[in-house]
This record gives sequence, C-alpha cells and structure tokens, in this order.
Amino acid sequence: MIRIEERMEQSLIVKIVTKIVAILLALGISAVIFMSYGINPIYAFSTMFSKSLTPYGLSEVVTKFIPLELCGVGLIVAFKSGMWNIGAEGQLLIGAIMATWAALFLDIPDFTRLPLILVLSALGGIIWALIPAFLKAKLEINEVIVTLMMNYIASSLVNYLVYGPWKGSKEWGFPYTDKFPESAWLPIIPGTRIHWPTLLMASVAAFTVFFIMFKTTLGFEMRVCGQSRRVAEYSGMNYMKALMVSMAISGALAGLAGAGEVCGIHRRLRYASAISSGYGYSGIIVAWLSGLHPIASILSALFIAFLLAGGDILQVSLGLSAGIVNVFNGAILLSLLISEFFGRYRFRWK
Amino acid sequence: MDRETLVKMVGITKIFPNVVANDSVNFELKRGEIHGLLGENGAGKTTLMNILYGIYKPDKGEIYIEGKPVNIKSPKDAIGLGIGMVPQFPELVENMTVAENLAPLFPEKILGKKRINEIHRIAEEYGLPIDAEAMIYDLSLGEKQRIEILKALIRGAKILILDEPTTVLTPNEVSLLFKAIRKMRGEGKGIIFVSHKLPEVLELTDRVTVLRKGRVVATLNTKETNEDELVKLMVGRAVLRRYVKEKIVPGEEVLRVENLHVFNDKGGLAVKGLSFSVRKGEVFGIAGVSGNGQKELIEAITGLRRVEKGRIVIGGRELTSPIQFRRIASHIPDDRVGMGVLPSLSVLENLALTSYKRFSKFGFLKFNELEQYANGLVDKYNIIMPSLRAPAWQLSGGNLARLILARETSAECSLIVAVHPTFGLDVASTEETWKLLLELRRKAGVLLVSEDLEEILQLSDRIGVMYKGELIDVLDSEEADAEKIGLMMGGVKVD
Amino acid sequence: MDPITELISMVVSAGTALLLPALGEIYAERSGVLNLGVEGIMALGAVTAFYSTYLTKEPFLGLIVAALAGLLLAFIHAFISISIRSNQVVSGLALSMLGVGLSSLIGKSLIGVPLKYTIGRFEIPVLKDIPIIGGFFVQNALTYASYFIVVLLWFILFKTKIGVYVRMVGENPKAADAAGVNVSAVRYACTLLGGALAGLGGAYLSICYTPAWIEGMTAGQGWIALALVIFSAWNPLYAVVGSYLFGGVRVLQYRLQPYGFSPPLLQTLPYVSTIAVLIVFSSSRLRRRLGAPSALGKPYYRGAKT
Repeated sequence: MIRIEERMEQSLIVKIVTKIVAILLALGISAVIFMSYGINPIYAFSTMFSKSLTPYGLSEVVTKFIPLELCGVGLIVAFKSGMWNIGAEGQLLIGAIMATWAALFLDIPDFTRLPLILVLSALGGIIWALIPAFLKAKLEINEVIVTLMMNYIASSLVNYLVYGPWKGSKEWGFPYTDKFPESAWLPIIPGTRIHWPTLLMASVAAFTVFFIMFKTTLGFEMRVCGQSRRVAEYSGMNYMKALMVSMAISGALAGLAGAGEVCGIHRRLRYASAISSGYGYSGIIVAWLSGLHPIASILSALFIAFLLAGGDILQVSLGLSAGIVNVFNGAILLSLLISEFFGRYRFRWK
Repeated sequence: MDRETLVKMVGITKIFPNVVANDSVNFELKRGEIHGLLGENGAGKTTLMNILYGIYKPDKGEIYIEGKPVNIKSPKDAIGLGIGMVPQFPELVENMTVAENLAPLFPEKILGKKRINEIHRIAEEYGLPIDAEAMIYDLSLGEKQRIEILKALIRGAKILILDEPTTVLTPNEVSLLFKAIRKMRGEGKGIIFVSHKLPEVLELTDRVTVLRKGRVVATLNTKETNEDELVKLMVGRAVLRRYVKEKIVPGEEVLRVENLHVFNDKGGLAVKGLSFSVRKGEVFGIAGVSGNGQKELIEAITGLRRVEKGRIVIGGRELTSPIQFRRIASHIPDDRVGMGVLPSLSVLENLALTSYKRFSKFGFLKFNELEQYANGLVDKYNIIMPSLRAPAWQLSGGNLARLILARETSAECSLIVAVHPTFGLDVASTEETWKLLLELRRKAGVLLVSEDLEEILQLSDRIGVMYKGELIDVLDSEEADAEKIGLMMGGVKVD
Repeated sequence: MDPITELISMVVSAGTALLLPALGEIYAERSGVLNLGVEGIMALGAVTAFYSTYLTKEPFLGLIVAALAGLLLAFIHAFISISIRSNQVVSGLALSMLGVGLSSLIGKSLIGVPLKYTIGRFEIPVLKDIPIIGGFFVQNALTYASYFIVVLLWFILFKTKIGVYVRMVGENPKAADAAGVNVSAVRYACTLLGGALAGLGGAYLSICYTPAWIEGMTAGQGWIALALVIFSAWNPLYAVVGSYLFGGVRVLQYRLQPYGFSPPLLQTLPYVSTIAVLIVFSSSRLRRRLGAPSALGKPYYRGAKT
C-alpha cells in the first residue's frame, strides 16, 4: 500500500530534482509531438544538440539568453510581489519603439544617442507596465487580462509604425524602418550576434535583483505584499507603492530587452513578431523554472535559450512551424506544475 | 453493546505535525442524553468531533454507531449515519438565500414554495424561527446558527454535535437554544455539547467528559460534580479567579475616537457614532458578541478601513493611514495566521514584520542587528522554534501567538490594540499574555477588544460594551460584573 | 435586408465566438476554477474542427471533435487545479501556450486550404423580416443553438439544485463539503463544460464564421471572453450583452477600414475596449454585490486549518 504524506519542507535537492523531472517530462511531450509528425525524436534532439554545440550555435544561445534573462529576472520581481505580469512581451516591444524613436528621430549629439536609447527604452517599459499596476492597485482589476491586452496593443502599434509613418524611406515598401545610424548600434562580439553591453546588463541584473529582493527593505516589502495584501497593510506597508515599483522594475528590464533586440541585432524596427518571437512569454518560463530565484534564473534562462535556439534549428531543418516554441513553453510549464506535485508529497510503502 | 449507546469512540488517537491532538480518547454517547465535552482551548475537543464527523481520519482507534463499527471517511458518510454537526462558526454561503443553502437537503431539482413552507414549519417547531428567503449576509450570527441546526434536524440527525454554540449568542438566544436542545433530547436524540464554559455545561448536560491536552481526564454525571472540581480537571490545578491589579494613575490620552461612523463591506453602517478614549496607564476593554461592529472599528482605528464620519486621534494627531498608525501603535490581531504572520516567511522575517524600518539604513536591512533583536525576543518570550530561518508555519499555535505578542509589545508604542489576544490559547499562555498586557499599561494605553468576558473583566480598568455598532455604556471595572455585562451584550442597558 | 437587420446579424455572428467560451468559463469560475487556458482551447478547437471537417467532409463531426479537444485540455487543467491543487493561473497560461502552439503546428498544412463543407447560414422565414431584431434570425446553426444554450445555462445556474451546488462550491467549498456536496466532482464537471464550450467557440470561428484556417485565428478572443465573464457578473444572461457588444466592436473594426484608418490601429480596438470596459465596470458600486465567486482560484483542502 502506498501512502501519500505531505512533505513538510523541500530540501534544495528535492527542488532541483523536481525541476529536472519537469524538463525530462517536457522533452517527453515534445518527443511525442515529433513522432506524430513522423519525425524521429532522437534525430530531432540530436540535430538540436549538434547544431547548438558549435561555436556559432553557442553564440546563438547566448544571443537569445540576453532578452530571456532580462525579461525573466524582471518577471521574478513582479511575480514575487504578487503581480502576474504577462505583459513582458508588450513592454519589450514598447522599449523597442522608444529605442527606434531615439535612434531615428532625435536630433542629439551622437555620443549621447546610445545611453539615451537605453534610458528611454527602459522608461517605455516602465510606463507600459505601470498602467496595469495602477489599475490593479487602485481598482483591483485583474492584471492578467490587462497585461495581455496591452501585449496585443503594443504589437499592433509596432506594426502600425513599420507599415505606416515610420516605414523606411530608403527601403522599397518593405515593413521595416530605415537602418539605424551607427551611433545607435549596440556593439557586438565579432563573429557573433551577441550584443555584449546588454549581456552585461542581463547578468548584472540577476545579482542586482537578488540583492534588492533579499537584502533591502523595499524587497522585503515587495515579498510581503506578494504573499498577502492584508498582512502587508497590517504591517504598515504601502501596498500600492510596492506593486508599482515591482512592475516598474519588471517593465524597465523588458524595455531594455527590446532595445537590445533592435539596436543589437536588427538595427531597425520590423514587424512585431520579427522583433520578439515570444521572449516575454518565454520569460515567464524562465522565471518559473528558476523557482523564482534570481540567481537560478541565469541557469534557467540559458536552458530556455538553448531550447529556443534549438527550436529555430528545428524549424529550419525540419520545417516545423513557429508554434513549436509555444508548445515547448506550455509543455515545460505543465511539467513543472505536475512535477512540483511530486515534490510536495512523499511516497511511502506501508 | 446495548442499543442505548448511540456513539462509542474507542482509543481515538490523532497526531498533527506539532501536537498530539487526541491521545487514546474513549467517548460514549447514549440515546436521549446531553453529553458535555469540556476542555480548554486546544484540549482536543474540536479535533475529536471532526473525527466523528469525517473531516479527519483518526490515526488509531475505532468508532461504533449504534453498536456497529463504522469507517467515517467524509462528512457525507457521517450524515448518512445520522450524525449532524453544528459548527462553531456557521458555514453558509453568504451570497445565497437560506432556502438555497438548504437545497442540498431536499430531493427535488427545482426550488419551490412547498419546501420553503416546510422549512418555516420545522423552524417553528423547535422554537428557532427564521425567514427562508432571506440572504445569509443579512442574518445575525445567532440566526445563522439556527440554520445549521435546522440542517441537521432536516436530515433527521440522531446524533447532534454542537461545537461551542454559545460564543455567538446573546443571553436571550442562549435560553432559546437550550430549550430547543432539551426538546431534541426528549425525542431520543443524543447531543454532544462541546464547550469551555462551565456554567452552561453544568446547567444543560446530563454527563460530562473532560479533556485535557488530548486525553480524557474524567467522565462524570453532571449532577455529581461542581464548578471547582471541573476546573481542576480541565486545568490540572486551581485557578486564580481574580487578579489583583496594581493601581496606576492614568496619564495622557493616547487614543480618542469621536462620533465614529464606519461602513461595513456591504454598504451598511457597522459603527454608528462611537466615541471613547483610552489613556496611558489603563486598559480599556470593549466587550460584545462578535459581529456588532468590532471588526470594522478595529480596522478603522488601525487605518485599514475608511472613516465615513467622525475622527480618530492617535497620539494627538488625526489618523490618516496605516503607516501612521504603525509609527506609534501596535496591533495584536485575532486573526493570527491570516493577518499577523506570513507562514511561508521565516521566523526572523515575521519578527521583523512591523519593526523592520528600525533596522534599515539607506534602504538596506541590517541583518546582524535584526538577528540580535530577534534572538532577544525569542529568549524573552520563550518562543519555541527550530531556528530563526525556519518558516513560520512550523510553529505551533501557541508559539505563533507568542511571536506576535513579542513583536507587538517590545516596540516603544504608546497604544496597544489587542483583539481577542488569547483566543485558542491554553491556560498557561493565557495567563502569560494577561500578565504582559497588564504590565504594558505602565508605558502605554491598551485597547482590548474581546468576546471573552473573563478576559475583559480580569484586565480592564474601564469597560465598554458594543452592540449593533454603538457603545451601550461604559463602566468602571469595579461596577462591572459578568451578569451586567452579559445583559448589555444583548442590548439591554443596565442602570 | 435593411441595413439595421444586417448590422445586427453581423454583430450577433461576431459575438457568438465570444459568447460560447464565455458561457463555459462562467460555469467554471462559478465553481471556483479559474481557467486562463480558454485562448489555447479555442485555438485547438478551431484547428481540430477544420481538420476533421476537411477529412470527413462532415462539419458537425468537426464540432464534436472540437468539443472533445476542449474537454481534453480542460481535463488537464482540472487535474492540475483540482486534484493536484496547483497554481491555477500558471496552469491556465501553460495550456493557452500549448493550445496555441499545437494549433499552429497542426494548422501549418491547412493554411489557405479551402473548405467546402461548412456550416452555413440559413434564414428563418417570417422571423427574419421583423424589423430590427430580424438580424437574430439570419445566422448559422451554432448561433441558433447558442440562444438555447444561454437560456438553459442560466436556468440551471439560478433555478435548480445543480446550480445551487455549483454556486456553493465556488462561494464556500467548506460549507458545500459539510453539506455533503462532492466539491471535486462539481468543479471537474464545470471545468470540462467550460473546455467543451471553448472548443466549440473555436470551431465556430473556423467552420462557421470565417470559414478557413488562419494562423493566429483566435487573436486574443479567448482573453476577451475571460474579460467578458467579469463584465457579465458571472451571469449567462449578461454575458449575451457583453458578447454582442464586443462583436459590435469587431464589426466596427471592419466597417472603419475603408475610411483610411490603418489596419493595425483598428486591430487595437477590441483590446482597448476590453480594458476600458474593465475600468468602467470596476468602479461601479454594484461590484460588491455582483463580484466574483469568493473561492475563485483557490484550491480546496478538506479540514484545512486556516
């Protein structure tokens, strides 16, 4: 007879094993999907591996790591503060818009352009994130729906701009803006597409967020607010302020990710799905896979980056559609939830 | 086994992570009997009854209903066996009518007039009238309890468990309830009357079983025992009936409430023009059955609820926000787990919950100082815990209460708001808490809000009684006794 | 047809895609389960309906397949939310992603494929000529069915014992359990119903309304349906008003195109309106009375010591 007992506390080992089981489960689900397309899953995975583990392949992983980490660690701040920020995708796109504006339409000295781009893109993300935050704090409106709606709005805004007023004058009717001036380019490591200033920012962000969340009064307040509004107010904390600040941080980081994409990789603004293939959503996976721990997010972001890079490879070599990314994302999340269940309970033989 | 025995529980043991709730308990209920289950808060009475009703499964032991061994896996099983539970706090759906709440009891698919009339009929029969089409949130706690009783009766329960039924009733409602219970006994039903209130147990029951720390200490015929003996059995020693409080001359005013009007969640007025003041050096106790506006009053005073009319002045300044409240006052809430602690945060963080601002510099938390402070509190207040870093849910109820007490009473506050501070605590902890609050009077004013009449009488220098949102009267503690206050709690003004 | 009738007809058509999933989600949420996976379920329903109709040439079979697909996804969510008692928000989100992703994968080969066997519209004679409301009677079979479904679901929820069980479980599961109601069973049933209806909503898009398979067919309508649930105060009758309102927004979107508004900007209309509606609705004092089921989103543990 198997008896199910609730585990009182999960040791670190249990937590890690849980995550690994989840990943395996997700890979299993993907294998099933491959098979239904008549694709040999072993072939699929080995293709992913072999192509990723080349120098160029690895650099692609790092390239994808940047927006994933920025979005992911920002989302950790939001989630831990009790805000279900599903809007990182939109915040990233708004950051991209602001970056484009500063790159193409501001008449300022060249050496100030890049710093201003970074500031403005973060600002754009902040504003886009503060709207749902304000609506939740003041009017108790469900932030999941609002942030999602704002994703769609942001995406439409980008498309409006690239098909309309910002359409490139030098490009013949294609849906993108002119190429940015070089003063707006983020430098890259030669031979790769890695825009290293943002890479640096992403890495620093992980540690900074850890520091804020666990070593400062602000972080303490955010964590308490994330657990219970009642207890937070009872303790004399400003719930609204904590929510707004946490969303601002999350939005700022996502906005920076947007700047990274347009100034580091594309060097122009294109239609929305070309700028971000769902980094905002994958960021949610990064956050959850890391167990909402900022330092662990580096690992989970690397892993998801590897998966996404692999997904690109699969799309190209096996002809699968872009939906495969969403399938991965969904499968991993579900697996995380299911395996977390096993981590919560101990199975004993009686 | 004779047919006279309705319920027989043998060797019941139930262990929770931190505590042995029931330890080899034997309990028996006969037909046509009112059997009292007496014990302190935390003695295991509710757990035992939850086992009988199928909410918990015992780790060891057997249960026999009318001589047959049974396995009660859920409330549904219990109901099928003729067991009805009237819980301490009514479990009804607020947003639905009485009839809708009772709908699961009737076979038909659509709710109609015939059933509504039947509900009225049964209610009248037992002397507990209600309006079947009223919305639950419009009813008083006493009326809600009637519905719970009706539920059990409609199901044809042979065995009724009443869990601390009189906590939410006015004295008048209590006598109506007792009449109804006696009628049920006359019909041959068996009633288990769970309580910690001795006078009532002595008045109502035929036999009484006393539980202490999860064990049965005695089962006696009520006629053959008395209050002192029962107290000794419940507590294990004689209890000081009245404290001798040192006289303190009250100082300046720390809290003043003027003509306070506060809305409740449904848009009605919960507090209607309340005025009183609390001075340093005194304990001002507010007695009253819960549901008369106390919750809203406390929320207003602590800054968590809007003031519609009137003012609250704390420490000379008008109150505008909970942050301001926290600067000079502390709050011991009755809802410990829902409000006073965050179970998933560590003990250290919980101890810092309301005082963390003192340990911050430029926004950073000074953890070393915080740890020192926390360790000091743990020692002084005797908080038993695995470690400072352990999550708070690992602490027992008593230690959680101590944690909150430690945190709220060690800061330099001029006003302490204590709401049912000893709810659910055992005698030793209760006495500790009382002693502490009395000591705190020296440096602060204490506002005590409690349903526990004894607590109010023991601690307060002045007593106000709240009824339907108003203060019926304010007495000095010398003029007050349980009878007077009991009447006032029911709305009767006594001269 | 006169212009008003035609307008109403289009509005109702567009609104049906929102009405069906909204109705299902009302039941799920009334029982206390928040299912954010509606978007994904709709997407999967749309593609499976299209695919199976394409293969079997039987559109009604397509409807059944879509409902089953919805049931399947909803079952996963129900298992995670009710039996495992995990985080309902994350589970729903994951299902949305999974559903949308799967629909994209399955649908890749179906893009641009014409479907001859759809559920077309038919007019109801006589009724269709009534001024103004005649538009309600120029619809396809699924929309007509939705009229009955609305009334049926409203009646069950508020006038029968089953409805009392559903509402009890969502307001106070502890009370329901103490009353002998099987909380899990009720929640499972409502969640599965929600999934089936959401699947049907997706099928409606691909084999009745458009009809075609387009990548990203649902375009956030599942999320709008979720907002609708809030806006309709969890009442099937009010959901009708909300659905047709948003259907109207969609029609407006197309009607404005010839006037030179940029298509992407027009596309923002439904999303902006959703936010606007949520704002308007939240500040109303009615919210207290018409608010969410109290136990929404919270897993139920029997005997939990709060």
